[in-house]
Amino acid sequence: MSAVEDRQGGSNLFRRPSSTAGVRGWLTTTDHKRIGIMYFVAAMIFFMVAGIEALLLRLQLATPEAQVLDSDIYSQMFTMHGVTMIFFALMPLSAAFFNYLLPLMIGARDVAFPRLNALSLWVFIAGGIFLYSAIFFGGYPDTSWVNYAPIQEVGADPAGYTLESGAQSNRMLFYSLGIQIAGVASLASAVNFITTILNMRAPGMTFMRMPVFVWMTLVVSFLMLFAMPIIGVALWQLMFDAGYEGNFFRPGAGGEPILWQHLFWLFGHPEVYILILPAFGIISEILPTFSRKPLFGYAAIVFSGVAIGFLGFGVWAHHMFTSGLGPVANAAFGLTTMFIAVPTGIKIFNWLGTMWFGTLRYRVPMMFAIGLVAMFTIGGLSGVTHAIVPHNAQQHETYYVVAHFHYVLFGGSVFGLFAGTYYWFPKVFGRMYNERLGQAHFWLQLIGFNLAFGPQHILGLEGMPRRYYTYPPGMGWDLWNLVSTIGGFIIALAVLLFVINLIWSARKGPAAPEDPWDARTVEWMTSSPPPQHNWDVVPTISHRDELWHRKYTDEEVPRPVPAGASPDHEASAGAEEDIHLPDPSWWPLVLAAGMPIASWGVVVDSWWLIGAGIVVMLFAGVAWGNEPATEPEHDEQPGTLQP
Amino acid sequence: MATETAHAPQTNFNVSNEKMGMWAFLGSELLFFGAFITVYLIYVPRTADGPGPEVFDIPFTSVSTFILLMSSLAMVLALAGIQDRDLRRFRTWTLATALMGLVFLGGQLYEFTVFVQQDGLGLTTSAFSTAFYVLTSFHKVHVAIGVLMLGTLWFMSFTGRIRADGHGTNAVENVGLYWHFVDIIWIVIFTIVYLIPVDLAT
Ligand code: HEM
Ligand SMILES: [Cu+2]
Repeated sequence: MSAVEDRQGGSNLFRRPSSTAGVRGWLTTTDHKRIGIMYFVAAMIFFMVAGIEALLLRLQLATPEAQVLDSDIYSQMFTMHGVTMIFFALMPLSAAFFNYLLPLMIGARDVAFPRLNALSLWVFIAGGIFLYSAIFFGGYPDTSWVNYAPIQEVGADPAGYTLESGAQSNRMLFYSLGIQIAGVASLASAVNFITTILNMRAPGMTFMRMPVFVWMTLVVSFLMLFAMPIIGVALWQLMFDAGYEGNFFRPGAGGEPILWQHLFWLFGHPEVYILILPAFGIISEILPTFSRKPLFGYAAIVFSGVAIGFLGFGVWAHHMFTSGLGPVANAAFGLTTMFIAVPTGIKIFNWLGTMWFGTLRYRVPMMFAIGLVAMFTIGGLSGVTHAIVPHNAQQHETYYVVAHFHYVLFGGSVFGLFAGTYYWFPKVFGRMYNERLGQAHFWLQLIGFNLAFGPQHILGLEGMPRRYYTYPPGMGWDLWNLVSTIGGFIIALAVLLFVINLIWSARKGPAAPEDPWDARTVEWMTSSPPPQHNWDVVPTISHRDELWHRKYTDEEVPRPVPAGASPDHEASAGAEEDIHLPDPSWWPLVLAAGMPIASWGVVVDSWWLIGAGIVVMLFAGVAWGNEPATEPEHDEQPGTLQP
Repeated sequence: MATETAHAPQTNFNVSNEKMGMWAFLGSELLFFGAFITVYLIYVPRTADGPGPEVFDIPFTSVSTFILLMSSLAMVLALAGIQDRDLRRFRTWTLATALMGLVFLGGQLYEFTVFVQQDGLGLTTSAFSTAFYVLTSFHKVHVAIGVLMLGTLWFMSFTGRIRADGHGTNAVENVGLYWHFVDIIWIVIFTIVYLIPVDLAT
């Protein structure tokens, strides 16, 4: 008996929150939909911060020998731009979609580990706050998001080295620990989503009936599961080098600078697929819906996605062709890189096949999806030119590469994520976005994007190097740089319209029905927005594109199916009382807070602070372990506890 | 128990979510240690004129390795205890596992002090020394977390979260998985980090 009292006594300190209302409700939530929304908002904020950094870069480059940023600030800005976009904007934006949609698409009530899910969110935000706090400790990291050794030791500008001593190592510690923390978040989500997809599908939802978006989530989760530990190792090593005079990448005592490149890109190439596959999944849902045709070559799209997942680990050295690996390695990696273009090409053709002879409806999500197919293909083609080793030697470290990765990242990932935002907006908020504003956003973004990054192909081929803060006049680069900057500002305007549209429509938009697009997958079966428990009755799945088959017959010209044909009610009759939703919890937030505390301790070299952070984490961890995921019902006997 | 399974959500693979998640996590850990071990192997010869693998004391480390191995056995017995609904046996063997883990940690720390003070092999001496210390310390952190989880399990058997009716067996199983994994990784480290390089160096 006293044991039971113990338990209740223990939780008095941080009484388990029981209400979901107000700010406290959001801070302690374990509801995947709320977590998804918070992921989206936080990631969009980081996206805009990184966007402002990009605009500063472009202002500096608009004219030769401009004085907007000096070399040190410029280096900090392009590094933070890259790091923020990759780790704090695009990855979390994808996570927002995974979180919100995954349980709805597979007919589950939540993810497998709701508190772990909340932990991912808070850890990601804590990492971002930590990284940006670098401004108070001697400046931001300045040696690019790839952060090669040994430049990471001396800083971006060794000649004009004016930093007070220690500032460079602080910058590296912020790079290392900031990304490390973000990596923990990704790893936790990976474990969570893998378990959710493998274990929690609705009855009848076989693998080959899963929506492609779910498949891509699965592939991305495995990529994160196996790629994050590798960058984790490299970042720990960097931490020991920068903070504790380790010798991992210092040539002086036997360290090997090139090792950093290997570890970084062994992670880095899978990472680019982590960034693009969610967008591929999203448009694989949108294109069929707005073409009123099933996805062409479902199996081909799924298996090419899986193939990309495997091949993604075998091409990393194509980022290192000019580092002196030797002709054999270069030839081998050139070949594997060409191979990996094949599954990607397969997807492109399948999307085209989906639209072919479809009844296309040009709503905003569809336009962004088509935008992705076109823009990503340009980026993919320039990628294949990188794979040609002699060609690569000409392009490496020039603006041609910058153009390439913006066509795939912005033209690919961002177009796809924006498409998805418009597509599922009515589901999430129960309101429609503004179609005209959305169309304006699309056209502005398409034009701005091509103005900003198209000319960079030319600049790169004309020899303009990347990561230089300025260039002399008379190189023939002036015009295209100016055009690129103008394009950048047009993109900014477009994104502004996007944000206005979202905020305004979430409050004032016209009410949206359950299924505004006449869509195909089951998340459109529940109300908009879905109730906290997602479904009153979990759907039983008997087809791929389940919802479509419930609405229409299988004939050449589909006819609507009479209502009431759903099998769900018998299958899970009486199941309603069994709904056990995860209870809110403080521990994810507390545990996440320990990480930046310990990391600041590393930066200021205080064992006390490190210890304090670790104690916070351990305390939260143990309390977490002692708190059941779902509290027993108050009127239930202990014997009927949920495990 | 009967009511418990009736309430437990069905999973597609008939494996509890916790166990599936643990397997996934351990898969990730495999790459984590794999990368560290690879880096170490590259750096074995990079001693920068400082001490190399010849400083390792194989007999001593063999003893702590043996103790860690035995702790895995104790873990198996602890799980068997709870599966047999015998709370006392479960508590005894859980404590035993944790204690052996602590002994292993103590042995490792002692070993470190010898390397540093007698052999002059510091963290910053060479690429070899950095790689060695960081790799083995990360393993130690894993053992320490394991000990903490075992302690929590032991504690939970008093608060009613682990009960003689078998409630909470799942948690024991998962901690067990983790513990065996950490143990196996140590076997690999002992072989690759200690035995083989010493053999080559002498
Ligand atoms: C989703 C959107 C974007 C992503 C994911 C992204 C990603 C990146 C990455 C990874 C880098 C390389 C950083 C480095 O090597 O350290 C970079 C550099 C850069 N980006 Fe972006 N970017 C995005 C949008 C933009 C926009 C909208 C602009 C312009 C308005 C822009 C302008 C630049 C510039 C000027 C550089 C620096 C190139 C250099 O100096 O080498 N980016 N970006
Ligand atoms: Cu690559």
